[in-house]
Amino acid sequence: MAASGNARKLSEAITGYLFISPWLILFIIFSLISLGYAVYLSFTSYNLLKPPQFIGLESYRRVLEEDLFLQKALPNTFKYVLIVVPIQTILSLVLAFAMDQKLRFRRFFRTVFYLPSVTSSVVISLIFIWIFAPQGIFNQIMGLSVNWLDDPRTAFYVIMGMNIFTTSGTLMLIFLAGLQDISPSIYEAAQIDGANGVQQFFYITIPMLRPVIFFVVTVGVIGCFQVFDQIYVMTAGGPLDSTTTITYLIYKWAFRDTTIKMGQASALAVILTLIILGVTILQRRIIEGSGSSAER
Amino acid sequence: MTSLSVFSPRSGESMVILDQVRKGIFYALLIFWAILSIAPLYFTLVFSLKPVANAYTPPIWWPFPFTLENYQTILQTFELFPRWVMNSVVISITVTIFRVLFCAMAGYAFARIEFPLKNFLFNLLLVSMMMPGVVTLIPSFLIIGPGLIRGGISLGNLTLPTGFNLLDSMWGVIVPGMADAFGVFMMTQFYKSFPKELEEAAMMDGSGRWGTFFRIVLPISQTQLLTLGLLTFQGAWNSFMWPLLVLRTPENFTLPIGLQWFRGEYYTLYSVVLAGSLFNTLPMLIIFFAFQKYFIRSIASTGSKEG
Repeated sequence: MAASGNARKLSEAITGYLFISPWLILFIIFSLISLGYAVYLSFTSYNLLKPPQFIGLESYRRVLEEDLFLQKALPNTFKYVLIVVPIQTILSLVLAFAMDQKLRFRRFFRTVFYLPSVTSSVVISLIFIWIFAPQGIFNQIMGLSVNWLDDPRTAFYVIMGMNIFTTSGTLMLIFLAGLQDISPSIYEAAQIDGANGVQQFFYITIPMLRPVIFFVVTVGVIGCFQVFDQIYVMTAGGPLDSTTTITYLIYKWAFRDTTIKMGQASALAVILTLIILGVTILQRRIIEGSGSSAER
Repeated sequence: MTSLSVFSPRSGESMVILDQVRKGIFYALLIFWAILSIAPLYFTLVFSLKPVANAYTPPIWWPFPFTLENYQTILQTFELFPRWVMNSVVISITVTIFRVLFCAMAGYAFARIEFPLKNFLFNLLLVSMMMPGVVTLIPSFLIIGPGLIRGGISLGNLTLPTGFNLLDSMWGVIVPGMADAFGVFMMTQFYKSFPKELEEAAMMDGSGRWGTFFRIVLPISQTQLLTLGLLTFQGAWNSFMWPLLVLRTPENFTLPIGLQWFRGEYYTLYSVVLAGSLFNTLPMLIIFFAFQKYFIRSIASTGSKEG
């Protein structure tokens, strides 16, 4: 009996591993080994032509001595996150709240609001380059003659605005699902107690949505710290490095510059990961810390 | 709540007017945002139907002078465009099929089958979902391309390659995308909440795990597979950074990479770029409208990670 039980257990275990093996193999190669190798590379100097040379923390020191990182990429990235994440979160929450009301043509509005999110990052970037060109539609409609993407004072804000515009649709749908999970009886009870719409929003909706807000902010932070496609297509980090972000700089060092610096780029990738990790933990503390008694 | 007429001679008259004004502002804002949301696509369509020379000239609201020459350029003159569309289609569909299957298999195992280290591996999966993709970018590139160690590891007479040597091929784009942590997690949650009875009945009848999985489990999880499939397809169809690193010659480009490259090479032909960009957006729009319910579900499901 025990032997056949063991045999069955063994065959179950083998079956289990066979079922997960495609994922597991890819995970080991492209996540575990990759992560380990990224950390190793970050302590080396590597230009693809010669084998990586171990230089220890020297490559981190080189990153921290680069003006392009300290003066441009680092502040630009934080500026981007600090502006885009709050605006896209609030905007999409407001849109979702509006879509959760009884209103005419609700399905129509919901579909239309999601449209910008259907478009790919490259395509929307190509469209925005053209809209914000010196003789582009935006200047024509507004009667302006600003060279939006060639001016270091405006280029980054155009990219920020565009990305807020395109992500708000997706985030709206996530919030909407969260809103629809809140039981109507809670609102009814609040109405009986005399709470008006604004009060309901701040004392019921927001607290009940806390887990979804946490998720949307986390995803937003992780995504914004890694913004790349739109910058590559629209400005390639320029003008005057005003749109160079950390991820763009990693790409530039590892793949674009004439002297490839994969070690230094890996060091920057590790630094970025630590920054994201730190910010995510901090933000979890803040959102959970501000929690009142109205927890689910 | 909704009063029929602002002129009703009742005591709450001013309240009613206030209500109406508020409602008016609310709808005005919604309509404003709706116009803004449609505008980029609308302008793209309008100018893709105007001659190249008029790419920046008014009128901006309708296509005048009207022409189809940009679409002709794409479909006939410039034969790389159809290739890019085909490459995008093949890559996106292949990634989707593999990922949905592999994620369903792993998800089913995590939910139903007992094997050693299961919890450990599942926790590892959860952690990997939080890992920013950019950190593994360079090593993944080396693995797909020249290898982590140039020339491989030599063991006596044997040389083990450390890379797949798949640069500039569509498999180089496909392979890393064939499974992903979020998909496995999503399928695990789904199978955990799924009644076991049907499978147990099939197992009683002598079907093994594999037979049960392919004949019973996969067919009854169609909806969930479609949801994951749509999410995956959209990601693969629109993806940019990874194909940009892997694909090198214009013949092998996907549509997003091709469009960006075309814009660089022929920057005076912006109307053609706009027409080409519609070939990227339109299929996604059609899929979105056809499967709107599942689409919205799939996006909503990304938000319910916490359980």
